Amino acid sequence: MAEIRNYTMNFGPQHPAAHGVLRVILEMDGEVIGRCDPHIGLLHRATEKLAESKPFNQSIGYMDRLDYVSMMCNEHAYVLAIEKMLGITPPLRAQYIRVLFDEITRILNHCLWLGAHALDVGAMTVFLYCFREREDLMDCYEAVSGARMHATYYRPGGVYRDLPDQMPRYTPTRRHSERETEQRNQDRSGSLLDFMEAFTERFPAYVDEYETLLSDNRIWKQRTVDIGVIAPERAIALGFTGPMLRGSGIEWDLRKKQPYEVYDQMDFDIPIGSNGDCYDRYLCRVEEMRQSNRIIRQCIKWLRDNPGPVIIDDYKLIPPSRESMKGDMESLIHHFKLFTEGYFVPEGEAYAAIEHPKGEFGIYLISDGANKPYRCKIRAPGFAHLASLHEMCQGHMLADMVAIIGTQDIVFGEIDR
Amino acid sequence: MTTLASLDESVNELLGSALHSRRLDLNELTLEVDSAEIKSVCAKLRDDPSCDFRQLTDVCGVDYSTYGMENSKSPDKPRFGVVYHLLSLSHNLRIRVRALLDQEQPVIDSVIEIWPVADWFEREAFDLYGIVFKGHPDLRRILTDYGFIGHPFRKDFPLSGHVEMAYDEDKGRVAYRPVTVEDRILVPRTIREDTQTGRRQTATD
Repeated sequence: MAEIRNYTMNFGPQHPAAHGVLRVILEMDGEVIGRCDPHIGLLHRATEKLAESKPFNQSIGYMDRLDYVSMMCNEHAYVLAIEKMLGITPPLRAQYIRVLFDEITRILNHCLWLGAHALDVGAMTVFLYCFREREDLMDCYEAVSGARMHATYYRPGGVYRDLPDQMPRYTPTRRHSERETEQRNQDRSGSLLDFMEAFTERFPAYVDEYETLLSDNRIWKQRTVDIGVIAPERAIALGFTGPMLRGSGIEWDLRKKQPYEVYDQMDFDIPIGSNGDCYDRYLCRVEEMRQSNRIIRQCIKWLRDNPGPVIIDDYKLIPPSRESMKGDMESLIHHFKLFTEGYFVPEGEAYAAIEHPKGEFGIYLISDGANKPYRCKIRAPGFAHLASLHEMCQGHMLADMVAIIGTQDIVFGEIDR
Repeated sequence: MTTLASLDESVNELLGSALHSRRLDLNELTLEVDSAEIKSVCAKLRDDPSCDFRQLTDVCGVDYSTYGMENSKSPDKPRFGVVYHLLSLSHNLRIRVRALLDQEQPVIDSVIEIWPVADWFEREAFDLYGIVFKGHPDLRRILTDYGFIGHPFRKDFPLSGHVEMAYDEDKGRVAYRPVTVEDRILVPRTIREDTQTGRRQTATD
C-alpha cells in the first residue's frame, strides 16, 4: 500500500484568486485543508508611520489608498477622528454629501466584490455586469473630485467643494459618432444629482440581473451554501464586523447603532443572514446594495432642496478662497500657514469608527498637540476577517478556500496598510 | 442598560487596585490598568454583565518616547503602551484600556484566550514595536519581510529604514543593501503653546 501523508502547498501570492498579494501556506490532506497559515505584509507600506511624519491634512490621500475599492469611506473615518478632536461639526449639507458618497462607495465596493467573488467561483458574466455599473459611479467620483478613484474629497470640516451643476459630457471621437455620443450623453445633460438619480432608477433592475445569474444558480449554491459557516457567538469573538457579522445573524450596523453624520435621518433596513455561510453573506451584501440605493435617493432629494455651505468657515483649518487670497493679506497668511505648517490638534486621543462596506473601519488618533498625529492606528476590518481564515477553511476542500477568501471581501491595501 | 457615565462610576469597584486611573474625554472612556493584571482585567470586563465587552475591536502598540517633543530618555517613565479597544454589543458601548510597559522589557500577558481575535493584532504589535505577549502561541512577525531586523514603528527607527532591496550584479540576485535615500520631512513637527488650550467651539449649521 502506498504511503499516505500530508503535504504542504503554497498558494499565492500571484494566484488570481488570492485577491492581490495573499500568500497562504496550506497543509493538505489530499484535497482537504488541514491547516492554513496566511502570510501577509507583501503590500505593507507603513501608512501609519507615514501619517505620523506629515501634517494631518496630508494623510487624507493615503487613506484612499488603504482599501482601494472603497476610497471615500476610509477618508471618512480619518476625517471624523480629526473632527472629533478639534471639536468641529461640518455643515449639514456636507454631512448629506458624505452619506451620499459613502453609499456610492458601498455600491462600488460590493460591485467589485460580487464580480470578483463570482469570477473566483466560476461565473464570468457577473464580473462584466458589475463593472458596467462601477463605471457610472466612478464618473460621479470624477465629477466631484477630479479623480476616478483616489478622491481626497473629504476634509476635516466638510467636503472640499460642492457638487457640480453640470455633469461632464462625452465628445464625439473617431470611434463614437455624433449620434452615438448623443445617446451616451443622455443622462449627462443635467447636474451630477440628475445623473445620479437616473442611476438609482436603473440600478435596482441591475441588481435583479445579478440575482438572476446567481441566487438560484445551482453551481453557485453548491459552491457557497454551507461553506465557511461561522456561529454568531464565534463571529463576535473572532472580531467580525459588517456583512461578515450580519451574515451570521447578528443585527449590528454602526449606521443604525452608533449613527454618525445624518444616518439617523435615513430610512433603510439592515439585512441579516441566518446560517452564517457564504451564501447568506452573499444575500446580505446584495440586499445592502439595494438599501444603499434607497439612501442615495433620499440624499439626492434633500440635496436638491437645500443649498448651502459644504465646509466650515474657519481659515485656521480650511484654506481661504483663491480670490480672497490674492487680495487680502490676512487670507494669504492663513493660506501660507495652513500649507506650510498645517493646523494643530489639541492634545488627547480619539477613536472614530464607521460602517465601511467591509465592516468596522476605525481610526485611533493620538495627538500631543502638534501639527502631526503622534500615533495613527488604522483598524482595518479585513485584518480581523483574514485572521480567521484557518478556522473558516479547516476541513473544507481547497477550492472552497477560494470561495471563503471571496466571501471575506479581502483587499490587501487595508490589511497590510 | 449600562451607560458610559454609569460604567465610569462602577468600573472602580469592579477592577479594584488593578485600575490606575480613568478618564472620560470626548465621550470616550479610557482606563489605565496595571500591565501585570491585564488578563484578569480583560476577563472581568468581558464576563461582568454590566460590561459585557464581548468583542475586542483593536489592539495597538504605542511608543511614547517622543510624546510632547520631550525626547527624554528617563528610565522611570514607561515608554511603551498597549491600547485595547473593546466593544459591547449588548450595551452599545466602547471603552479603551491602556497598559503601560517599561522600556527594558516590554512584556505583557496575551489576551488571546479571552478574545481569539487578539492573535494577529498582538503579532502586529510585536512586529512593529517589539512588545512581547506572554502566552501567545505563535508570536511571529506578520507585516514586515521574512528575516527583518528591528521594530519599524518605534520612534527611534528612521522613516526610510536601514536597508533597501536591489538587484546585485555580483551576486546575480536581489539582495539587501544599506539605504541610499534620505528622510525627506518637508514640514517640521511643532507644538505651540496657544493651541494646547481647549477645543474650538464652532457651531456651523
